[in-house]
Amino acid sequence: MTGMSSASQKVRHLELGLSDEQAINMYTQMVKARKFDERILLLQRAGKVNFHVSGIGQEVAQVAAAFALDRDNDYFLPYYRDYGFVLSVGMTLRELMLSVFAKAEDPNSGGRQMPGHFGHKKLRIVTGSSPVTTQVPHAVGIALAAKMKKKPIVSFVTFGEGSSNQGDFHEGCNFAGVHKLPVILMCENNQYAISVPIHKQLAGRVADRAIGYGFPGLQVDGNDALEMYRVVKEARDRAVAGEGPTLIEAMMYRLSPHSTSDNDLAYRTKEEVEEHRAKDGIPKFKQYLIDCGIWNEELDAELLAKVRKELDEATEYADNAPFPAPETTLLHVYANDSAQRGNR
Amino acid sequence: MAVMDYIDAIRLAMKEEMERDEDVFVLGEDVGVKGGVFTTTKGLHEQFGEYRALDTPLAESAIAGVAIGAAMYGMKPIAEMQYSDFMFPATNQIISEAAKIRYRSNNDWSCPVVIRAPIGGGIFGGLYHSQCPESVFFGTPGLKIVAPYRPYDAKGLLKAAVRDEDPVLYFENKKAYRLINGEVPEDDYIVEIGKANVLREGDDITVIGYSMPLRFVEQAAEELQQEGISAHILDLRTLQPLDKEAILEAVRKTGKVLIIHEDNKTGGVGAEVSAIIAEELLYELDAPIMRLCGPDVPAMPINPPGEKFFLLNKDKVKEAMRNLALY
Repeated sequence: MTGMSSASQKVRHLELGLSDEQAINMYTQMVKARKFDERILLLQRAGKVNFHVSGIGQEVAQVAAAFALDRDNDYFLPYYRDYGFVLSVGMTLRELMLSVFAKAEDPNSGGRQMPGHFGHKKLRIVTGSSPVTTQVPHAVGIALAAKMKKKPIVSFVTFGEGSSNQGDFHEGCNFAGVHKLPVILMCENNQYAISVPIHKQLAGRVADRAIGYGFPGLQVDGNDALEMYRVVKEARDRAVAGEGPTLIEAMMYRLSPHSTSDNDLAYRTKEEVEEHRAKDGIPKFKQYLIDCGIWNEELDAELLAKVRKELDEATEYADNAPFPAPETTLLHVYANDSAQRGNR
Repeated sequence: MAVMDYIDAIRLAMKEEMERDEDVFVLGEDVGVKGGVFTTTKGLHEQFGEYRALDTPLAESAIAGVAIGAAMYGMKPIAEMQYSDFMFPATNQIISEAAKIRYRSNNDWSCPVVIRAPIGGGIFGGLYHSQCPESVFFGTPGLKIVAPYRPYDAKGLLKAAVRDEDPVLYFENKKAYRLINGEVPEDDYIVEIGKANVLREGDDITVIGYSMPLRFVEQAAEELQQEGISAHILDLRTLQPLDKEAILEAVRKTGKVLIIHEDNKTGGVGAEVSAIIAEELLYELDAPIMRLCGPDVPAMPINPPGEKFFLLNKDKVKEAMRNLALY
């Protein structure tokens, strides 16, 4: 914890323009996302909630990317494992918990959609669906609008490596490339599309696909928080400078089963999962902060206790919050509709 | 008031809306420099520039999806599908995304996009340049669907669609582009979405339809008048939401109804219109509900006798109307 190495390491986040406080804040968001995820898995096993789709193993890249963006102005199109991302751009644990319990107050969908289907207009988190990668053309459309309105913003969109095979990914990339639009496409390559491993999804690298669309594609270690931050920040700088899109393939591993309805040991081994658990980026980033002399085990214990308390409160609040009134099922098909019209 | 072709009314609507609101823009294949394969967007590129009359890559899901994204941002995109036959790659974007954005976000986000697509045959377009796909989208809550017949409605409905807060599919009939003309005000007006229109008052039979086949209905009604048969004609104009009250009122007028469209019969809009009438007016009918539609084959052939066989015309319509009158 002392000596030359800590001094040179400490420079790394400062060199990238991140203050000590911001670096610690990144770590805090990662821990929040991880603990939220673990809590929901427990709640599901306890029969308190019906379903969860986990993001464990992907938080580092998500959080780092969010910190590299303009979190007050950019537009975000996350996919269903992006708890770390949405927490980092302003969604609260309580709001996430309301979504998990499908309660009326859930800002994502008012208890209509599965959890993980994010949307929050005030935070510029664009509403998403379940058919994968439909959000890529939307991100491109937002970037087109930003270019037309001469706004210095970017749209940031994520998706998995499996869904990078969908036509909408390719159609969106090509459109963005042709018009040099300010969009950042981040593939969270977690090596599995439910049960199908990467070698049965992809014959090449996702990042290399960018070549065909005329913009840079980079493969990055998704467990390396500062490298992820650097790459996304550069992509953002390019985008607002009018230099067009960037495709980032963040390499990671889905440590949880696909969802709470999935038995992953039917298609992969415990050993394989454990091997990747050892590469988890969250303890690595914690160690980095400790080595920099800006974090310690005492502070870590305090953080964990604080997050646990926040989760307890969020769980209790969401559990006790009312469901939407059944008749509201008929509302919001169209603007200004009423229950009667919805029933026509 | 100017007399203009159907296609000119569509173009004028876009031009006026783009002049009125700088967030309105058109995107699609060949809509820019060329002005559209049918010239529907001719002149818009010159007047409004590259981005507001935007030539896109040849990829329909992106045309729809990019328009949806821009609409969520706050723009007012008009996405053109070159032929409605080619909009199926965009179906996921239209049905899973545009239609559900308001609902799934509990009214937080909205998607005020217009998607224009030419429908219909009679231009030797063969299977894939002639289809009427409205029944594929009909019955998808969250979408509005319009299909104008008169140039007046073509302009007014498109302007209403652009100003609507929700996604609107605008099905324009490509055979009607230069065949149908009529009076169109050159000033600002809209035709309200969701309102049908009585094209002709009559006492003996009611004919309900939309788009191009109404021309045959109007011609046949004129001739049948000589035979002493008086036809009441209702132009639906909007397919979704259907103007239920106008449908019931039109049927009540005569007690006999024929529903006509070029889309094939099974699962078509006419089936729903028929069900509405059956649910509400069964005991006021003096004849079975009748339908005259395209045949249940995948699409029309390009050979002239085959195309003619598939399509409706004045004689087929007249015969069906006479049969109903004589029932």
